[in-house]
Amino acid sequence: MSTETLEQPVEKAPSEAIFSKRRRKFVVDPLDDDNPVTIQVLGICSALAVTVKMEPTLIMSIAVVFVIVFANLIISLIRNFVPGRIRIIVQLGVIATLVTVVSEVLKAYNYPMFKVLGAFVGLIITNCIVMGRLEAFALGNKAWDSILDGIGSGFGYAWVILAVAFFRELFGSGSVFDFPVFEAIGLPNFPLNGLMVDSIGAFMILAIIIWVQRARNGYVEN
Amino acid sequence: MELFNLGIKSIFIDNMIFAYFLGMCSFLAVSKKVTTAIGLGAAVVFVLGITVPVNWLVQEYILKEGALSFLGPQFAEMNLEFLQFIMFIAIIAAMVQLVEMVVEKFSPALYGSLGIFLPLIAVNCAILGASLFMVQRDYTLAEASVFGVTSGIGFMLAIVALAAVREKLKYSNVPDGLKGLGITMIITGLMGIAFKSFIGIAI
Repeated sequence: MSTETLEQPVEKAPSEAIFSKRRRKFVVDPLDDDNPVTIQVLGICSALAVTVKMEPTLIMSIAVVFVIVFANLIISLIRNFVPGRIRIIVQLGVIATLVTVVSEVLKAYNYPMFKVLGAFVGLIITNCIVMGRLEAFALGNKAWDSILDGIGSGFGYAWVILAVAFFRELFGSGSVFDFPVFEAIGLPNFPLNGLMVDSIGAFMILAIIIWVQRARNGYVEN
Repeated sequence: MELFNLGIKSIFIDNMIFAYFLGMCSFLAVSKKVTTAIGLGAAVVFVLGITVPVNWLVQEYILKEGALSFLGPQFAEMNLEFLQFIMFIAIIAAMVQLVEMVVEKFSPALYGSLGIFLPLIAVNCAILGASLFMVQRDYTLAEASVFGVTSGIGFMLAIVALAAVREKLKYSNVPDGLKGLGITMIITGLMGIAFKSFIGIAI
């Protein structure tokens, strides 16, 4: 990411298209080649904890995308006023404020879901992806670029946890979004795998997703 | 006896890593060598043991509904729980800083070995997670202290065990795509299955 900060002074921002090739890269890269979960190994905690069912996972992804985009925007706007020594606490303050907003909104409009997600909404604060993007990108880039980067990383995280949740709910509970799939296709006696509901299923599914994705991209860790 | 049971439960059955996936980031990133894993584990035990009781006091005497009534009757209706996240994370960051300074002053040797891990701990999910669980489960102060320390010990046990496995793993032939994170996830899953056997213990 440091190379992008070096390029910054050279180019003329006003003449650049809103979705120029360089900017499209910010959104597309984290979805696949530079995925925050499978390649950078960030934000694993919540990727595993909330993925028993699709619905809480979807809510969680929306919350994380919201927090990451706005935290990136805010930090990017104030980046020139924040002294380097206290930047961590400033970042934590911004993130904690946004997470509080998310949690209060969730509590007001969907209280049962708030109960299900419980402590894990609060744990978005310590989600390494958010901190990582602020530290690596928003502190050295302009607002619009930071928003795009936030969207890219947010959705890169979202598709991985949604994929994990899809398999866990399908094989663990036999449903998708609480819709009983196996009964609908005429297999009411399909044996459910208790391991998938358990935390262990999450580790295995994520390992398989990582394997498939890395095998496809040819990425090998030293 | 109750407290002892809670301790055993937090270390083995409700293990931070295997049951709640908290602190996975540092668990995966810092588990390549046993010595560094022990360093990080010790730092986590230390910080959890301090922050959970401190956050309990904050929750009980500042944030809870009606907690401020000792300031006067007009504060009796006050409910500051929406400030919970900000307060907790600020206290954790401050405590980590404080612990770092105290350790540096009184035990340079320990500081040398914990040094780089201490600041990292402020953003470890396990620390904030333990505080949030402590609120969710309505622990008393004594329970909160025991819960903090033993959760830390559970984390340490898990990370040292994983590091030991990964040190041996260097000599095995892992498929390219699974190298690094992939195989580590599978090992963690298998260790999780082993930890499941503790569920049978009736306490």
